[in-house]
Amino acid sequence: MTQQVSPAEQNYIVEMRGIVKRFPGVLANDHVDFKLAHGEIHGLLGENGAGKSTLMNVLAGMYRQESGTVFVNGVPRVFSSPRDAIKAGIGMIHQHFMLVPSQTVTENILLGLDEPRFIMNLPEYDSKVAGLGEKYGLKVDPRAKIWQLSVGEQQRVEILKMLYRGVNVLIMDEPTAVLAPQEIEGLFVTLRAMIAQGKSVIFISHKLQEVSAIADRVSVLRKGVATASGVPSKGVSRQELARLMVGRDVIFSLDKKPCQPGEIVLDVRDIYAENDKGLPALRGLSLNVRAGEIVGVAGVAGNGQSELSQVISGMRECKQGQVLLGGDTVSNHTTLYGIQHGMAYVPEDRTHVGSAPNLSITDNVIMKKYRKPPILKNGLLDMKAATKLANELKLAYDIIVPNVTTPVRLLSGGNLQRVILAREISGLPSFMVAVQPTRGLDVGAIEGVHRLLLTQREAGAAVLLVSEELEELLSLSDRVYVIYEGKIMGEIKVEGGESDEGLVDTIGQMMTGTPLDQIQKEGVPA
Amino acid sequence: MDFTIILQAGIASGTVLLFATIGELFSERAGVLNLGVEGMMLIGAMSAFSTTIATGNPWLGVIVAMLFAGIISQIHAFIVITLQGDQVVSGLSLTFLGAGISLVLGDGLSKAGTVALLPNFSMPLLNLIPILGKIFFTDQSVLVYIGYLLVPLAWYYINRTRPGLHLRAVGEYPSAADALGINVFRMRYFYVFVGGMLAGLAGATISLAVSPGWFSELTTGGQGWIAIGLVIFAQWDPVRAAVGSYAFGALRRLILDIQGPTMLLGFANPFYYNPYLGFFLQMLPYLFTVVVLVIGSREAMRKRIGAPAALGNPYIRGERGK
Repeated sequence: MTQQVSPAEQNYIVEMRGIVKRFPGVLANDHVDFKLAHGEIHGLLGENGAGKSTLMNVLAGMYRQESGTVFVNGVPRVFSSPRDAIKAGIGMIHQHFMLVPSQTVTENILLGLDEPRFIMNLPEYDSKVAGLGEKYGLKVDPRAKIWQLSVGEQQRVEILKMLYRGVNVLIMDEPTAVLAPQEIEGLFVTLRAMIAQGKSVIFISHKLQEVSAIADRVSVLRKGVATASGVPSKGVSRQELARLMVGRDVIFSLDKKPCQPGEIVLDVRDIYAENDKGLPALRGLSLNVRAGEIVGVAGVAGNGQSELSQVISGMRECKQGQVLLGGDTVSNHTTLYGIQHGMAYVPEDRTHVGSAPNLSITDNVIMKKYRKPPILKNGLLDMKAATKLANELKLAYDIIVPNVTTPVRLLSGGNLQRVILAREISGLPSFMVAVQPTRGLDVGAIEGVHRLLLTQREAGAAVLLVSEELEELLSLSDRVYVIYEGKIMGEIKVEGGESDEGLVDTIGQMMTGTPLDQIQKEGVPA
Repeated sequence: MDFTIILQAGIASGTVLLFATIGELFSERAGVLNLGVEGMMLIGAMSAFSTTIATGNPWLGVIVAMLFAGIISQIHAFIVITLQGDQVVSGLSLTFLGAGISLVLGDGLSKAGTVALLPNFSMPLLNLIPILGKIFFTDQSVLVYIGYLLVPLAWYYINRTRPGLHLRAVGEYPSAADALGINVFRMRYFYVFVGGMLAGLAGATISLAVSPGWFSELTTGGQGWIAIGLVIFAQWDPVRAAVGSYAFGALRRLILDIQGPTMLLGFANPFYYNPYLGFFLQMLPYLFTVVVLVIGSREAMRKRIGAPAALGNPYIRGERGK
């Protein structure tokens, strides 16, 4: 089994050669080579769907490659499960955390280990976990239940889980996607501490500036092919990396006309609501959106954004306060009532809330129109008119499918989002709430969604945009509210649509719970 | 009417519910809803009784009952774990299957006469405690005492041992457990088996201790369904399950006994051989079960009362890590 190893290759703790991985209809990895050196932070860059996660899932034992070999310390290895990979010292932290919410930190760390054999003496393991946390600067209460922790803390638990298992190579899949700016800085400190202790880190990301800030070397994937392999990050410019990622120069700015705000369309007054667990999710939240402006809601995931959009759209009970749309109370009414008052809703969950997956494009686009002519004819559905409408929308919104009878579950994320936007926008709404409208879409599709939102604004509609992508919020919004634990920390006007450093810093502080007036009082540069 | 006697009998009758409820609790904690409890209890009651008639050894009856019901439960396990079928449909059909098998194999058993029963005894010293000693520790079946032991053991196992930790993880977030090398499928098969064995034990408790004999499907009389309601009522906690089981056991006895005396607390007893009120009273436990099941099936309520998050969902080891 053991293969002749040349001395030069022994410097690499991991080497992947000619990895090929296929999914039905997609070649996710096409003969990819990847080398990880001892004690480095290696950035793995690429767009969504470029095959970064796939490649690393092969290394972590989640997927089996069709061809190609993985070498660990120069020895070829085959992993049939993540457990095998962990035994070989390779652990991966996924974008969706693999933590059991109802269990404590220590319990999650002990899960699946052979030790303890039967009886768990939890206090003993609590102190072990605390000790390990101290060594790497990962502060977290071992006795806390996972659901009580912030996303940043949960990530620390995931890292601790891997360190507890003695992992030497840590793969982190988009670790910053869920973090506030200050938490990202904390993560970077942790990663550097781990390097100092002799570990190696693979940092998967699609964000250029992060990779150039933290990585020693960078590899880039595009459409399953490695376009750069282990380039020192000091030696390449961001523009160059961007070109390697997308294959063309990216235009970072949007053509945005100056804001002409009109009357207040949406007025949210001091609302309270609970989440699914019955815990308070919104506590006295107020905001408003005027005609002809896009208003952003920034915040770390899980601070009440979902509940806010659900209360506005009428899908969640409002315990106190009210939501006014054009002067009428729409909170605690049916969703139909909101729709009849000009509400459009682009929900977070495209496949289950935003569309009916097994129904055709036609059926999905008429969902808000079937009560009125021309779709309604003599009390029945006029399917000819419906098909005509669907075909018109297909052309107008650039939905790429052979025909409109296709069930929407077969559409790509970008196409599905265009179907939903087509339905919502073609109803000529006076107000639209869009939650994470670009999550998981590729660059081209994101641009399309952004254009549609801006068109809405120019048509004089009020748009509330909830997003976790700060860059997206700053480039689209005219004003941004920052939400933290169900309250608004403050409101910021965005001028010129560019993201300058001070603004990001202020928003970052607000995202972690400092109200704006306090920041201004303390004279922190805003 | 002596209430301590009613409660004493209620504890014995509650032991039946206790075994069935704890069994279902294990299965549900692993993420598998098994609505076939009633069927498995019938299998247990029938096989315990017939084995005891054949061999004269009630302990052998208990063992056969547990094994037979456990094996029957694996049909459900195969359908919902391996074939990823619908847990509700499969569980319901298991009820009918269990009833059918036990009625066929138990044909004629009701005329078999008396058999050797499991021993009853009083717990020395503990039975001297005023009132409580009489209710809990005087002239109870050995199975009642086993029930007392089962509750803390089950609680400790689930909350303080490594296998219990794995059990909770499998029911809450199977893909996290799988990612760390826990065999989700094997664990689920095992806990469905445990659930089946305890349902079998519950059946044996009826036919060999609480109300000895075989009375076809009336032997269990729907107690399997009450157990399923009790699991929800107990919020998947063994100690709460015990409280609920004993309370319902006592309630069942009370409903039977309240129809006897002519006077009640100095008034004419309105329930005295009144079939309408009697049927109404007998309906109450099942009405409770219906109400609990309705409440427990609401998604928001389930989250609030702490249902295992993966309960009812087959685990599919996907290509994608979610």
